[in-house]
Amino acid sequence: MGDGTFMNVFIKSAIAAGSVMTLAGAASARDLSVVSWGGSYQDAQRKVYFEPFRQQTGIPLVEDSWDGGIGTLRAKVEGGAVSWDVVQAEAEELSIGCDEGLLMPIDWDALGGRDKFLDSAVSDCGVGAIVWSTVLAYDAAKFPKGGPKSWADFWDVEHFPGKRGMRKGPKYTLEFALMADGVAPKDVYTVLATKEGVDRAFAKLDKIKPHIIWWEAGAQPPQLLASGEVAMTSVYNGRLDAPRREGKDFRIVWPGSIYAVDSWVILTGSPNADQGRKLIAFMSDAKRQAQLPEYISYGVTNKAAMQSIPPKLLENLPSAPQNLDVSVPLNVRFWTDHVDELNKRFNSWAAQ
Amino acid sequence: MAAEAPPPGLKARLRRAERARMLRALALVLPLALFLLLVFFAPIGDMLFRSVRDPELALTLPATASALREWDGIGAPPALVTAALVRELPQAFIDRRLAGAAQRLNHDISGFRSLILSTGRQLAAEPEDPAAGSVAGPTTAASRLAAMDDRWADPAYWAALRRASFSLTDFYLLSALDLRRDAADRITPVPPDEAIFVTILGRTLKIAAMVTLLCLALGYPLAYVIATAPAGTSNLLMILVLLPFWTSLLVRTSAWVVLLQNEGVINGLLLAAGLVDKPVQMIFNRFGVYVAMTHVLLPFMILPLYSVMRTINPATMRAAASLGAPPPTAFLRVYLPQSLPGIGAGGLLVFILAIGYYITPALVGGANDQMVSYFIAFYTTRTVNWGLAAALATLLLTATGVLYAVYVRIAGTAGVRLG
Repeated sequence: MGDGTFMNVFIKSAIAAGSVMTLAGAASARDLSVVSWGGSYQDAQRKVYFEPFRQQTGIPLVEDSWDGGIGTLRAKVEGGAVSWDVVQAEAEELSIGCDEGLLMPIDWDALGGRDKFLDSAVSDCGVGAIVWSTVLAYDAAKFPKGGPKSWADFWDVEHFPGKRGMRKGPKYTLEFALMADGVAPKDVYTVLATKEGVDRAFAKLDKIKPHIIWWEAGAQPPQLLASGEVAMTSVYNGRLDAPRREGKDFRIVWPGSIYAVDSWVILTGSPNADQGRKLIAFMSDAKRQAQLPEYISYGVTNKAAMQSIPPKLLENLPSAPQNLDVSVPLNVRFWTDHVDELNKRFNSWAAQ
Repeated sequence: MAAEAPPPGLKARLRRAERARMLRALALVLPLALFLLLVFFAPIGDMLFRSVRDPELALTLPATASALREWDGIGAPPALVTAALVRELPQAFIDRRLAGAAQRLNHDISGFRSLILSTGRQLAAEPEDPAAGSVAGPTTAASRLAAMDDRWADPAYWAALRRASFSLTDFYLLSALDLRRDAADRITPVPPDEAIFVTILGRTLKIAAMVTLLCLALGYPLAYVIATAPAGTSNLLMILVLLPFWTSLLVRTSAWVVLLQNEGVINGLLLAAGLVDKPVQMIFNRFGVYVAMTHVLLPFMILPLYSVMRTINPATMRAAASLGAPPPTAFLRVYLPQSLPGIGAGGLLVFILAIGYYITPALVGGANDQMVSYFIAFYTTRTVNWGLAAALATLLLTATGVLYAVYVRIAGTAGVRLG
């Protein structure tokens, strides 16, 4: 292990000084690298995936973390020296990166076939890693007589008084507004693709506009909820883990939540693509995936993994069948097409 | 006689010495000048140039772009254009070169991105059509496209393609002014529910002006006290002004969130004192933005004011009083005019800093309190629409430049003395 640690340090500093790598022509000789999102999430991945992979295969593995952004991937691939191999990307980066040829195609047969995984975890250039959700959450302490049960209740400020937290921007917000207005979850994006649908969503938003507090960073909504600034809010489900462990009784309303899948991808031009495929296969194994929710409330993508997760944990996961059935998958193609237009509309609406 | 006249060549030697001194001086500033040129002016120039550059389509689909440039843009596209598109699109799709052009087109019409990508995919999947691209091909090309997606039958999409085929464009600058070109290539306002940037520019100027006035109202008396108090007191006050100045912007902004929120310190005091019966909304709205920005920018007003006020001779006020001016008159006629350069410099400094504010309004403002820089950051990092980001930056820079010019015109350059 001593030797391995030395190598890790060496490779990390070599990556930091990317030019050194190119000069030495060492790109082909470097260790496999995996890039995730840092924090408690990557800590969990290290315990469940990265450490066991090193031990069982003997392949040295170097970690890095990032904050997303297609620009970063573009710079890595087009810059020549591809210093990352396996990266966890969000659905948007997966879709655009695949279109631009930044990502390598996935060999699904080697992973046991596409039907072993959730539909939304399967794509040409990526293998689903986790399922996370944007959900309605409320503090049960504020509603002794029972909290909201749907987005329609979120809009009902008479029966459920208090401010509402929502993400500043059209994504999620418009979908939730349509569901509150009675659109069935499966029809949300069909309706939103029409001019009338967008008008309808904004008309619905008009009704609670004075009650909304807009959040921007994912860390904000749990704080708003904890400080009592809002009575209920939309929030990324994994962000509720920490306040819950501290004893807050924050409850999640799963119907009408919107889930998205983050995927493992391999960058085009990676010199360690074969080892990278091994790592992805290792992380997609049902038994391994089943251990992740013990550490963090993200759903997993292998259908068989779901069956071995204890029910107590499962009920908090976006990928639990009962939660998945009442949720909407985020339509990434819709948003890459319409993000500019709807952002303008959203800001113009907010300015009125 | 020969001794009196300057020796021949002295003039030339003098001139040479003068030139050597000039060159040395130039050599001393040259590194800084080069540094500024390379890391400051060149990137800014490049960024501003992006607001009119439009190379994507011409690079990806050269034949289509040149055919489009020949066309007047009215009605259905000529056969040459459709044939070129059908010929070039599949290979560009297979080589995965389409993404940049697809994104550019999507800025013009939402949904164009997936239209062009899916058409490329379908064309690449179809067996090679021998007629396509040949003389007999054109009618086939148009109908083939229309069969794949009926949006290809809509002239609006072809007009957008044509607009993207020139290497320079006014598309982004027009968008930044809530304008666009219609089907007949005339400049028209965008529909009211998409018009935002003029409103936002107005809002940015309004917030910056308001913050400048608040800073002046709060900073002027304090600067006066610091400038006239005994050394001990004035040093202490100066430290109190500078201490927050040295604290991170993010920390100060977050501190205001803690103070102003509904269950925060100030609302707690108001409730306890019985002044209000439910919490007052003081954050995530315009009020919060004004408070936090004024606090953050206050030192930039106080320091120039102080430096000017310290040079005002107190004897002038005493002289005014001894000549019979009551204190208000003495202040208005004697002190205020002497402190004007400080007001000008402080006001200009605060205003220009405020106009580019981003973090503070993003954290303590609502959806209706975001300023131009928020949108520049949004288009740069989130949607990677650098053309529009550059156009907005150009707009902001122009607005600042115009205001500065107006100020110099009114106050004269003597009025601007920074520090």
